[in-house]
Amino acid sequence: MGGAEPVPDGLVLTRYQGAPGLTTLDGYRKVGGYRGLARALEMGPEAIVAEVKASGLRGRGGAAFPTGTKWGFLPQGVFPRYLAVNADESEPGCFKDRVLIEEYPHQLLEGVLIAAFALQASHAFIYIRGEYRKQRELLEAVVREAYRAKLVGKRILGSDFGCEVVVHGGAGAYICGEETALLDSLEGRRGQPRLKPPFPAVKGLYGQPTVVNNVETLSNLPYIVTEGGAAYAALGTEASPGTRLFCVSGHVERPGTFEVPMGRTTFRDLLELAGGVWRGRRFKAMQPGGGSMQVLGPQHLDVPLDFKAVADAGSSLGAGALVVMDETTCMVEVSRRLVDFYRHESCGKCVPCREGTYFESQLMHRLEEGLASAEELASLADICAGMDGRCFCPLGDTATWFVMSAYRMFKEEFDAHVGAGHCPVRASVGAAA
Amino acid sequence: MAESEVEASSPALASGTLERLRELRSRYPVARSAVLPALWVVQDELGYLPPWAEEVVAGELGLLPGDVAAVASFYSMYFSRQAGRHFVQVCQNVSCALRGADELLAGLREWLQVDEEGASPDGSFTVEGTVECLGACGGGPMMQVDRYSYEDLNLDSARAILERIREDGGGGAGA
Repeated sequence: MGGAEPVPDGLVLTRYQGAPGLTTLDGYRKVGGYRGLARALEMGPEAIVAEVKASGLRGRGGAAFPTGTKWGFLPQGVFPRYLAVNADESEPGCFKDRVLIEEYPHQLLEGVLIAAFALQASHAFIYIRGEYRKQRELLEAVVREAYRAKLVGKRILGSDFGCEVVVHGGAGAYICGEETALLDSLEGRRGQPRLKPPFPAVKGLYGQPTVVNNVETLSNLPYIVTEGGAAYAALGTEASPGTRLFCVSGHVERPGTFEVPMGRTTFRDLLELAGGVWRGRRFKAMQPGGGSMQVLGPQHLDVPLDFKAVADAGSSLGAGALVVMDETTCMVEVSRRLVDFYRHESCGKCVPCREGTYFESQLMHRLEEGLASAEELASLADICAGMDGRCFCPLGDTATWFVMSAYRMFKEEFDAHVGAGHCPVRASVGAAA
Repeated sequence: MAESEVEASSPALASGTLERLRELRSRYPVARSAVLPALWVVQDELGYLPPWAEEVVAGELGLLPGDVAAVASFYSMYFSRQAGRHFVQVCQNVSCALRGADELLAGLREWLQVDEEGASPDGSFTVEGTVECLGACGGGPMMQVDRYSYEDLNLDSARAILERIREDGGGGAGA
C-alpha cells in the first residue's frame, strides 16, 4: 500500500469520529447506532456467529484467537451463560481500549449486547481496570441510559431476549487482564489465574460457560452485523482481516491511536502516521504488541501488520501497541523497566514467575548501573530459561521475552554495561549533547 | 480488641454507603462478586479501608472478615491506612519514561518534600511512582490525580496542576 493515511471509508472502530455527542444515546443513534443490535435480534444467534466467523475477527486483547471459534466452544444447552468484557487494559504501551471507551462507549455497549445475544448470555460484566475510574463512571452512565431506553435489561427492543449489564471496577492488578484471573477477581477473590483446562467457555464465571472478549473485539461487532463479515474481512488481507486500532507512543512526534487496515499497512506507515521519530533523531528499536513482546529493529520497519509476518520477524502484534525508541535509548534501561513491571505485577501464585521476576530485576538493576559481572549477565539466559514455558500463566513467560530479545539484538550494548560502573549509553548521549 | 472497645468508638459507615452496598450486592448472581465494588464505595467514603469497615463489608456480603481482608490486600489501589487527601500516580512505564517520566517524578517528590511513604508533610498528597502502566501512553509523561489523568506534562505544568488541586481542597483519594 502506497499511502499511509487511513481511508475514512475503510474505518470500522473510528468511523464516527468527529460526530457530536457520541457518548450520549441520542448522539450515537443519530449516526445509526444500535441499528446493529436491531439487525442482530432479527438475524438470530446462529447467523451472527456465522457472520463473525466470516469476518475472520481475531481477539484484540493480545492472543488473537478467532472470536467466532471461541464462541463455538460453549457447550450446547448449558445455562446460564455469561459474557465477561475485558476492559482491564494494562499492557504497557496500550491505550486503545481507553479511547474506544471514552469516545465510543455506546458502540462498545452495542457490541456487548450483540455478543450477549449471540451467546444467549444472561449477564454481561464489563471488567474495567481501577485506574480507569473516569471511564468506568462514563460506562456506568451509558449503561443506565441504555436501561432507560430498553436497550438493556428484560425484553431488549421488545424481543424475548434479556440481558443485564454490570460495569465492574478492578482495583489495580495487571494480572486481572489474564482471562481466568479476571474471572476470579469478578467472583470477588484475589485475581490469580486458574488452571486451564477447563477453559472459561466450559467452566468460567461461577463455574458456568463464559466467554471473555476484549473491548476492541466487541466494538467491531456493530459493523460486522450491519455491513457483513465479508465486508469487514475485505478491509484487511486474507490472513489478517479487518482493521485494528494501533497505539503509537514513545519517541515519535505525534503519539496516538490510528485505525489502519491489517496486513496492508507496515510499521513504517504507522511511524509516519505518528509524525516519525521525534526531534529529527534516528530510529533505534520498537516494541510492537505491548510490554510483553519482543523488540524489533530498523530492519523490520517494512514488515506488514500481519500476524504471520510479525511472528516471522520474531515478535507479535499482541494488544496493538507500538513503542518507538530513538538512538539515545538504552536498551538495558528499557529492559530493566519492563522487568520491574512484571516483578511488581507477578501475582505470586507460582514460583518460576514470583522468584524469576525477582532475580531478573536484581540482575537488571545491577547491569544498568554497570555493576554486574560477565558471569551475572550470563546467568540472565538461565533465569529466563527457568521461566519461559514454566510459569502457571503467560505473565511469567512474557516477562522474559523483551529482555531476552533485546539481549540478542543489542548484545554489545548489554556487554558494554558489564563492570562499567555506569550506564555507557547514557554517558555517550550526555557527551554528544 | 474487646467488644466494648469496638462499641465505644463505634465507627460506622454513612447510611447512604450501606444502601449502596446492598444495591451492589443485588446486581450480582453471587453476592461475593460485590466485594471489589463494595470496597470502592467504602474507600470513597473513608479514604482508606480500616479493618472495622472490611468487617462491615464482610457482614453485608455474608463473608468472613478474613475473606475481605485477603481480597483488599491483593489490589494495589485499596489503602490500608489513611493516604494523602489526593493520590498522585506518576506512570514510570516505558512509553512515559522515554519522554521524561523519571525527571517528572523526582521533581515532584522534591517539590512536595514527600517522605519515604510518599506523603507530603501537609497531608495534601500521596505520590506513588510504582504503578502499572496507566494506559495513557500517547500522552506521556502523565500522572493521575485521584480519578483524573493529566497528560503531556513537564515539571512546571504538573506543579501548576497540583497547586490548583491543593487550593481547591476536595475529598479523599479517588473522590
